Amino acid sequence: MITKRIIPCLDVKDGRVVKGVNFKDLNDVSSPVELAKYYSANGADELVFYDITASAEGRALFTDILRETAKSVFIPLTVGGGINTTADFDRVLKCGADKVSVNSGAIRNPNLIYEAAKLYGDQCVVLSADVKRVDGEFRVFAKGGREDTGMEAISWIKRCVDMGAGEVVLNSIDTDGVKGGFDIEMLEAVCNVVSVPVIASGGAGKISDFIELFNTLPKVDAGLAASIFHFGEVAINDLKLEMKKCGIPSRI
Amino acid sequence: MIVIVDYGVGNLFSLQSSFGAIGKDVRVTSDADEIRNAEKIILPGVGAFEDAAKKLRESGLGEVVTQEAKKGKPILGICLGMQLLFDKSLEYGEHKGLGLIPGVVKPISDVIPKELKIPHMGWNPLIFKGEKHPLFKYINEGDHVYFVHSYYAADCEESVIAESEYGAYLTAAVAKDNVCGCQFHPEKSGDVGLAILRAFCEGEGI
Repeated sequence: MITKRIIPCLDVKDGRVVKGVNFKDLNDVSSPVELAKYYSANGADELVFYDITASAEGRALFTDILRETAKSVFIPLTVGGGINTTADFDRVLKCGADKVSVNSGAIRNPNLIYEAAKLYGDQCVVLSADVKRVDGEFRVFAKGGREDTGMEAISWIKRCVDMGAGEVVLNSIDTDGVKGGFDIEMLEAVCNVVSVPVIASGGAGKISDFIELFNTLPKVDAGLAASIFHFGEVAINDLKLEMKKCGIPSRI
Repeated sequence: MIVIVDYGVGNLFSLQSSFGAIGKDVRVTSDADEIRNAEKIILPGVGAFEDAAKKLRESGLGEVVTQEAKKGKPILGICLGMQLLFDKSLEYGEHKGLGLIPGVVKPISDVIPKELKIPHMGWNPLIFKGEKHPLFKYINEGDHVYFVHSYYAADCEESVIAESEYGAYLTAAVAKDNVCGCQFHPEKSGDVGLAILRAFCEGEGI
């Protein structure tokens, strides 16, 4: 029986891990390599690194960190941020990434998903979608959640999966940083239209939020969070013990 | 010296690093002599069977690996590298493998319920088959390893040393004398994966 994955997400800027509340007010947390090692040793099933650097220097620093992490952390690594071309895929895959997530890059050029899937396989291409409710519909946002694209989210996500995205990270802007639980309604809408793994992101504040997620939506494959793990509010090992107690398959 | 055969598919950075983490010296090589002189051989692989089999054949390295395997040199195939050890694969047509282990690689969609997602991706516990294989010396049944695959080795009951359950029992690891393989990625399976690699490095005759 395959287990439900718990994934800490590390937003990396200029070589440091940061996490914002509702994408604003970033504050420094820790060293990405050290944090990755810590998580790997303490129950994380996978790690996501998002490069939120804008400069070329920051990008080079990011790939150094990625390479350093892949040398000492032996669980799957997903990398996102600044992925606009298949050359970007190549750049991070060579540094030890196993999967690459695309967001704004796919919004600008949806064909990127098709091209990357053909080159590296569907399992390597992750669609990351930042979604927010606007005028009674789910809307896709670009540029780290700052820009409303005007596109309806569910059909966008389905289109990306049809083009070759092998996994979807759904980040609800509405629940992100609020710590009141995952966006069950939004996740359900996505699970109903895609047959690839769906990773829930945005809103986890405590252990019971993950239990509720997996119990309510058995189709969700993984839960992703950042600050609650970084600040030690939820210890992944405790979370997994609780999952096991509740009959949710988890790797302990 | 242990070698990782580089025949032009996939990235070998993590695999090479994982041996570094257990203090084993490995060399990534596409040199036939280096492979012949190696103590043990790792056959990696990601992507499509047809493409990988073609690259192995055209580079001549498939022939080298086959010869060394027949001499008794320990071989470990990983993921697609394991699938390439078999007679053939039915992935998009029918393609010949190295034929070192009898069996056929088939789509998992043949055997798993429709509602399950493909690929079989994620952490799944190992179920040992038969006597505990030396490859599993440092791990226990039920330990989790990381899988990503849409095809599985079938018709190879005699060689199966571990399975995983994903709506059906799928071949997770195989061994026939000195030739072994794992469908999962030991280099992505945390301490359990590293322990399997260590057992392969240390084991006699595997």
